Amino acid sequence: MTRLRFARILLAIGVAFFPACRGDRSQTDLTLAGSTSIQPFADKWAEVFMEKHPGLGVNVQGGGSSAGIQACKSGACQIGMSSRELKGDEKDLTEIVIARDGLAVIVHPSNPVRGAKLAEVKQIFSGDLRRWNYLGGPDRLITVVTREEGSGTRGAFQELVMGKTRIFRGAITEDSNGTVREIVAHDPYSIGFISLGLVNEQVRSLDLDGAVANEENILNGRYKLVRPFLFVSMGEPAGLAKEFVDFVLSAEGQALVKKEGLLPIK
Amino acid sequence: MAMKTKKRGKNRLERNDRLVRLALLVVAFSAVSVLLVITIFIVQQGTPIMFKYGLKSFLAGGNWYPSEKVFGLWPMIVGSLFVTAGALVIGIPFGLACAVVLTEFSSKKVRRVIKPVIELLAGIPSVVYGFMGVIILVPFIRQTFGGPGLSVLAASIVLGIMILPTIISISVDSLQAVPPSYREGSIALGATRWQTVKMVLFPAARSGIIASIILGMGRAIGETMATIMIAGNAAEIPRSLLAPVRTLTSNIALEMSYATGEHREALFATGVILFVIIMVLNTIANATSSRRRRQP
Repeated sequence: MTRLRFARILLAIGVAFFPACRGDRSQTDLTLAGSTSIQPFADKWAEVFMEKHPGLGVNVQGGGSSAGIQACKSGACQIGMSSRELKGDEKDLTEIVIARDGLAVIVHPSNPVRGAKLAEVKQIFSGDLRRWNYLGGPDRLITVVTREEGSGTRGAFQELVMGKTRIFRGAITEDSNGTVREIVAHDPYSIGFISLGLVNEQVRSLDLDGAVANEENILNGRYKLVRPFLFVSMGEPAGLAKEFVDFVLSAEGQALVKKEGLLPIK
Repeated sequence: MAMKTKKRGKNRLERNDRLVRLALLVVAFSAVSVLLVITIFIVQQGTPIMFKYGLKSFLAGGNWYPSEKVFGLWPMIVGSLFVTAGALVIGIPFGLACAVVLTEFSSKKVRRVIKPVIELLAGIPSVVYGFMGVIILVPFIRQTFGGPGLSVLAASIVLGIMILPTIISISVDSLQAVPPSYREGSIALGATRWQTVKMVLFPAARSGIIASIILGMGRAIGETMATIMIAGNAAEIPRSLLAPVRTLTSNIALEMSYATGEHREALFATGVILFVIIMVLNTIANATSSRRRRQP
């Protein structure tokens, strides 16, 4: 009697946990992994894609750009997502630009400084330019806010603005776009960088080299801080992976991108 | 017949007893083995990279740029020590003052209300302390003293408050453990109450008070969430109290989400160093408190 009950409990536990491990769908036909900046968009695409193809399972995982690229190389996923350019030995993967994201340099709304040259922004973040008065602002120290090492946004900023120069050690470091924005929104003398789509009324984006940070200037090439959002794969995507990529690049997939605040590919 | 059933019943009880003892033993050892597994895992993951780049450059290097394979933890080690020292400068005077008032200068009724309230402080999640720090303290520091506000000072104040319950409750216990005859003798000799506290109670309860401070120190050095939110996390040795600072714990939590390869190993190495520091502190705490127990 007791043994029977015990077995029943075991069975119940098994039934309760097993499907939870596997997810709702009975199988995973396609796995995407990588950048947490792309993940929310990939989730949207996967959702719509699965509605169109009932019975198929698309699994989207985070982990960061580097982890996604590695997972793609090792075959743990068919499509890797990267919010930075491939480098070094990653270059043998096939890359497909699926969307673009502007990078805004943000300051407090009360800051009288409207714009700066890219070279000046570089000097600010390298620690060579420490006071706002050089740019026509108040005679106060600049609070420089950056992202942590390993972040895709920092990687893109490093590549697009800093080049080989290091971001100086004394910069305040935060681990998300949101916290950077929060700090800049409250410190009148601060400067930081976040995704263009995340700029709101709490902060103001600087004009860079005379170009306002907006979609128009990015599309005509005057605003330079743009990073690609990439899908990477081993060789050309085939089968279901190809279908998914085609869907993402289609008018419908790109419309979804635009709705969520990203920039579509040209 | 009756005796036989009784004997069988006794045997069964003995067997149950053995089973329970065995089960408890397994549970107890699994708790210990978790510690063992964690230790082995951290050391195994973290030490190879330390030796690969040289212990000296790892510990004494001033630059932390993992993407360029430059791993210098010195700013974080100093940062942890600064912030902890700052927390103690705030926590010790307030904590001891509070403990003395509670044991010597207040009625039982007051004590019965205040002590549980202080102990409740220990139950507030650290993210709440961090949030209060960001919302209230950081803007205050920025407007009053200048600088970014996210600073050694802000972190010290918040951590100082966070370690108060530890310092107060253990100090109160050790002050209360001083035999009443000490107090009575001192008062009888004509000493004032403050003189009694200063010259009789403090020396008598010294080891307990020291243990409370070391435990508070352990909490301050291990605190992560609150420091990440209010210290600014700049990987540089702070030049003033108003400069941002990064602690060892923040270094791990801040970068772990995207770290891969050697960067990840370097974060484990950060964990090893933190582990060593905390082990040393705990050993000192245990040594002082066991000395207290041996004293009459």
